[in-house]
Amino acid sequence: MFSSRAAARQLVRHIKRWQHSSNQPTLNSVTSDDIAHFAQFLPQNSILSTLSPIPVAPSELEQYNTDWMGKYRGSSTTVLRPHTTDQISKIMKWCNQRRIGVVPQGGNTGLVGGSVPTSNELILSLNNMSKVRSFDPVSGALVADAGCILEALTEYITPHNHIMPLDLGAKGSCQIGGNISTNAGGLRLLRYGSLHGSVLGLEVVLPDGTILDNLSTLRKDNTGYDLKQLFIGAEGTLGVVTGVSILTPAAPRAVNNMILALPTFENVLPLFKLARRHLSEILSAFELIDRTAYELAVKHGQGKGLSDEEIEGAQCFVLLETSGGKKEHDEEKLNILLETLLESDSPLINTGVLSQSPAQFSSLWKLREGVTEAVSKEGKAYKYDISIPLASFKEVVDATREQLRRKGLLHENAVKHVLGYGHVGDGNLHLNIVAAAYTPEIEAALEPFVYELVASYKGSISAEHGIGAMKTHAMHYSKSGVAIDLMKRIKHVFDPHGIMNPGKVLE
Amino acid sequence: MQPTAARFLNILVPIKRCVDYAVKIRVNPQQTGIDTNVKHSMNPFDEIAVEEAVRLRERLKDKVKSITVVTLGPAKAAETLRTALAMGADSGIHIELPESAPPPEPLGVARVLRAVIERRKKMATEEGSGTGGGTTDLVIMGKQAIDDDLGQTGQMLAALLGASQATCASKLDVDVDKRVAHVRTEIDGGAEELVCTLPAVITTDLRYVEQPRYASLPNIMKAKKKPIEKLTPTDLGVDVTPMLETIKVTEPPKRVGGSKVGNVDELVKKLKESGVVAVA
Repeated sequence: MFSSRAAARQLVRHIKRWQHSSNQPTLNSVTSDDIAHFAQFLPQNSILSTLSPIPVAPSELEQYNTDWMGKYRGSSTTVLRPHTTDQISKIMKWCNQRRIGVVPQGGNTGLVGGSVPTSNELILSLNNMSKVRSFDPVSGALVADAGCILEALTEYITPHNHIMPLDLGAKGSCQIGGNISTNAGGLRLLRYGSLHGSVLGLEVVLPDGTILDNLSTLRKDNTGYDLKQLFIGAEGTLGVVTGVSILTPAAPRAVNNMILALPTFENVLPLFKLARRHLSEILSAFELIDRTAYELAVKHGQGKGLSDEEIEGAQCFVLLETSGGKKEHDEEKLNILLETLLESDSPLINTGVLSQSPAQFSSLWKLREGVTEAVSKEGKAYKYDISIPLASFKEVVDATREQLRRKGLLHENAVKHVLGYGHVGDGNLHLNIVAAAYTPEIEAALEPFVYELVASYKGSISAEHGIGAMKTHAMHYSKSGVAIDLMKRIKHVFDPHGIMNPGKVLE
Repeated sequence: MQPTAARFLNILVPIKRCVDYAVKIRVNPQQTGIDTNVKHSMNPFDEIAVEEAVRLRERLKDKVKSITVVTLGPAKAAETLRTALAMGADSGIHIELPESAPPPEPLGVARVLRAVIERRKKMATEEGSGTGGGTTDLVIMGKQAIDDDLGQTGQMLAALLGASQATCASKLDVDVDKRVAHVRTEIDGGAEELVCTLPAVITTDLRYVEQPRYASLPNIMKAKKKPIEKLTPTDLGVDVTPMLETIKVTEPPKRVGGSKVGNVDELVKKLKESGVVAVA
């Protein structure tokens, strides 16, 4: 039954693709006249362009045109860095009239090429939109410009004993607007839920320049369609998120973490169930790191590793974190869990380490968060961010490695490592293929192989990274033709001329 | 403190529970000290001392007969002892102070440590060794605590015991048979190699290549069963009342923000106004 449905989707996709490409509106390039127009309401230092009157070297635009992995590259001539929502509104209005494609860009830390142009669209950088607008210490509602860096917001609310509901490896560079536009998941999702729950309101500039002020701080608001939800995860294809109202939870008063070494992957699920039962509400992260990922993290200096004795015979590792209100209470729960684990007749774990100080706490986290950085230091990474049933995590990693071996690509000069890590608690696996270079052969071996593999488990081809430019052609593996068609109609309502982040999300 | 007759090593590691180094220190509203209602952990220098003691055992195997950790502090200091026990120490001694007691000074601490060492020796002669008593051949401790930064306790203890001392050690080897310690110590402009006859007091510097180990889960569970002896300064006949009186603790004056000047003339004018004079 499944295969016939997949075949039907394929068919629908081919028809739709053909229809769509014939309707693809043509967009105009930015000209010096456009720059002159922008200069009327933007200060000089907000305009960065290779065009006259003040052309800069194309290298100055490099960081905006290239994604951080060095995988996607645009050829934009112009970056605008406005300071206010009003300026963004004027920019959008002009670009809409002139049919100029616009790519909104935050910290440019995305992994699917959603934040760089596919061609020479104008780049709208939110870097200068970096002010906190208000914080209510009672409700925890934080209202801020979209360009605020996640870590800066964390620092802002720390003295009020609140934390951001999301946390991810890129926190030092990524911006809250980008987090929302990509519906970033990250390390705290298990405890605090997704952004669809914690975002209270948004301020969005629509493609025609209209400002949609939906910046509510209300917890409950059932008046009509919940429009903000559409922009969460829209990857800048429906409008530019310029302001964010987000609910921040109270900071936990006690945190603990540990890394557990597991003899086989089969033990991850029973361990997760056991941890959830013993720790219940204080369990705040349950992260998987396979042996390859762990070794890469240690190799590239991401935190002190465990001793050789401790990692011997471990097939994978689990980082477990608790956050609670009282240290003694949390420790008692942890102790019972540890006793159960260590005194069992058939232990689920080989051993593990428990952090004893804030320094060790960060060091253990570094081993997990640092995998991303270690992978990029090791080589060029093909990253697949997939949602699949927990039980099939290892099968997917192994099947991918086997596929590459079959194609003769698993060696030092092609694919160096195939590794898996991710958020077990959320059913989200990061499948990474580290290669010496990006090559068409490797890509052909991986795609559509990985997508078909994911579809065979009824999984999602993008759990938290989004679709971007990377996966537009593959959306049908996870979404029906009806759903994709409805998305296209919604896109048309907001952006009839197709100027918003063209080539992303929808084909 | 006489060396053990048999060729074994008994090591004592004094440790201190401090406000964690990552915590931003704030003065309490009464201005009597700092706000201590924050995250505490083992003094990092002491953590290195524990690590070094455990590594000595890994190298010298059975020749290290015992590693005892000792701390002087309030009830919660017992947690710090458990951490050291989980890292590999065998037993702990907790000399408990009331929660409200003022922090003891280096001389008081050194006297307490001397009393602990003498008590252990006495117990050994009375009951025979192996009952938690015994002579102490080597004391390894942090060169200073990161809360008061005084850096005196080790030296005072060595003087009180009449033992050899090597401070700011970055490398330690012990020849148990010859009863000497080879120590590399950090000094201004380089390093010094010292040979100390045991008994000796060694204080550790931060310049170790390896960070202290994590406490493994099996060791944490084992540590729960390791003995911790509870004593008070009175039991040891030592008065740890500080000799200094703290009158008031205040934060340093807030930094006044700088300002931008438009040109060189303005800069020169500002410098003159603030009384900065060129040195010819």
